[in-house]
Amino acid sequence: MSLRRPAKNQPENFEFNNSSLDAANKIVSKYPKGKQQSAVMALLYIAQRQNGNWIPLAAMKYIAKFLDMPYIKVYEVATFYTMYNLSPVGKHFIQVCTTTPCMIRGASKLVEACKEKISENECELSNDKSCSWMEVECLGACVNAPMMQINDEYYEDLDKEKTLKILDQILKGETPQAGSYRGRINNEPENNRKTLMDYKNA
Amino acid sequence: MLKDQDRIFKNLYNDMGSDIISAQNRGDWVNTKEITDKGRDWIINEIKDSQLRGRGGAGFPTGLKWSFAPKEVGSRPHYLVINGDESEPGTCKDRDILRFEPHKLIEGCLIASYAVQAHICYIYIRGEYFVDGQKLQAAIDEAYEKKLLGKNAAGTGWDLDIYIHYGAGAYICGEETALLESIEGKKGQPRLKPPFPALIGLYGCPTIINNVETIAVVPTILRRGGKWFASLGREKNTGTKIFCISGNVNTPCNVEEEMNIPLKELIEVHAGGVIGGWDNLQAVIPGGSSMPLIPKEKCETLTMDFDSLMAEKSGLGTAGIVVINKDQDIIKCMARIARFYKHESCGQCTPCREGSGWMWRMLERMAKGDATKDEVEMLGDVTNQIAGHTICAFGEGSSWPVQGLLRHFKKEIEERNNLDPIVQKKNNIPYLVDQHLLDKKNA
Repeated sequence: MSLRRPAKNQPENFEFNNSSLDAANKIVSKYPKGKQQSAVMALLYIAQRQNGNWIPLAAMKYIAKFLDMPYIKVYEVATFYTMYNLSPVGKHFIQVCTTTPCMIRGASKLVEACKEKISENECELSNDKSCSWMEVECLGACVNAPMMQINDEYYEDLDKEKTLKILDQILKGETPQAGSYRGRINNEPENNRKTLMDYKNA
Repeated sequence: MLKDQDRIFKNLYNDMGSDIISAQNRGDWVNTKEITDKGRDWIINEIKDSQLRGRGGAGFPTGLKWSFAPKEVGSRPHYLVINGDESEPGTCKDRDILRFEPHKLIEGCLIASYAVQAHICYIYIRGEYFVDGQKLQAAIDEAYEKKLLGKNAAGTGWDLDIYIHYGAGAYICGEETALLESIEGKKGQPRLKPPFPALIGLYGCPTIINNVETIAVVPTILRRGGKWFASLGREKNTGTKIFCISGNVNTPCNVEEEMNIPLKELIEVHAGGVIGGWDNLQAVIPGGSSMPLIPKEKCETLTMDFDSLMAEKSGLGTAGIVVINKDQDIIKCMARIARFYKHESCGQCTPCREGSGWMWRMLERMAKGDATKDEVEMLGDVTNQIAGHTICAFGEGSSWPVQGLLRHFKKEIEERNNLDPIVQKKNNIPYLVDQHLLDKKNA
């Protein structure tokens, strides 16, 4: 299990804005009547997006009321799942996969790059407060190892140099291109493809 | 090597586009009505004849699973749930299906829903695959537009709605009952079985849960016949499978191949060989991180299917092959996997919650050479206390890789760790105590 604690400084109030409200109502309608609790995970995401990438306790209370469920049940869910940020993270949130398949292809170099460019410790904001990074468990792109995720996008087939370049772009406010950084197409064997050749050349 | 015409996922590398027109050109959605017109029993029998086994890791026969759904729909509706919570380190096959072959999955959902009489299907996708989930959502929207979903889906007379439910970074939600808990809006903690989900599942209703890859191959099997699928691979290990080859190979890749393919062929032909040559190979994890590793000697002749790997005391699992060469420290690699399991344990059962942490701490020290002689045996003992003593298979999943390490690399561990025991025999210390407490003098 991992230890997860809510932030010390909490805003007093939280309410969905109009677009969040629309999205939330749409999600509740996906589940059978009386089973609106199923929407809690999606609603926590909506709250996280609205609130600058983290979920304050006030949002959990708001969602509990919204879905007519006990506050503690929302709290349980928010603290159990690791993708809910319980304290502020950077606007650009960098997650570096360091599980074995990435580790043996040099994920520690990516961590070094993050330490150099963003902050010495993980889960710490960069000097300009725009970025933070953390090590995470397998992100499910093992064939493209080592890789990292920045907000929703995957950056694959990296090394230290390429990571430094991506981080530079982000710190400058640019959006780097997602996907493979060795120029290969998706998950095909690089320059070694032996299957489905007719389709490749079609 | 499998012939291209026998490959099911022709768009695995997205040469042709994943939209509905290209999917239809590849044969998806062509005669869905003809398939469902043949009836439920025919569909289930054909899947049974194909001997398709679940692609999510456990390898349970799919046709048999479907036949567990109640024959008549009672007061409780039936549900179909698709497990796309792919989180096993070494595995990234479902992601390619979600983003490049979404219509195979959606059509499979329709046929499977028809076979188990479900009108609602939830596809559970891990939260990190948000972008890929959006691609699937776009495909679902396309299907609704073309009347392939919704009321009288694809002209079959069957009503079906498909919804995506995103996870939020919990590996354990790949366990089927934890996944159901998660859809119900709770912590993902597995349920006791029985009752099995086929009778009491989502919201207490009969629920069939299948992996993304399992469902995505169903339409092709029904079109080409169960016999065709059964003719590939070998008895009880039939058909094709997407293998993910990662780690220390020259060209890591996903590739669809026949079951029972030699491991060496996968590595040498598709993955471009081990970095530093075949002789530089140290070990292979054959089926995602929870499967015990296999040392080089056995990799020469090993074939990749459920039963032949079982015979080697490992397993095919999700077919996520992680190749580890001699440049890596094998104990460190396994310590990192143990850290993964320590992080992902749901905390429900004590042996797993505590034991996964013990295994991690012991292995970390063993990697550094800080462990004592007696701890090697003790580590093996801890794994035995976990495996088989938990609600779900996470207990096995977390202890098997450590057992695999002890089985094949015990000598390496012992050579590195030959300190004298901290606790001398005279002391009357309880048998199982947390070793890190004993490290402190006053403990």
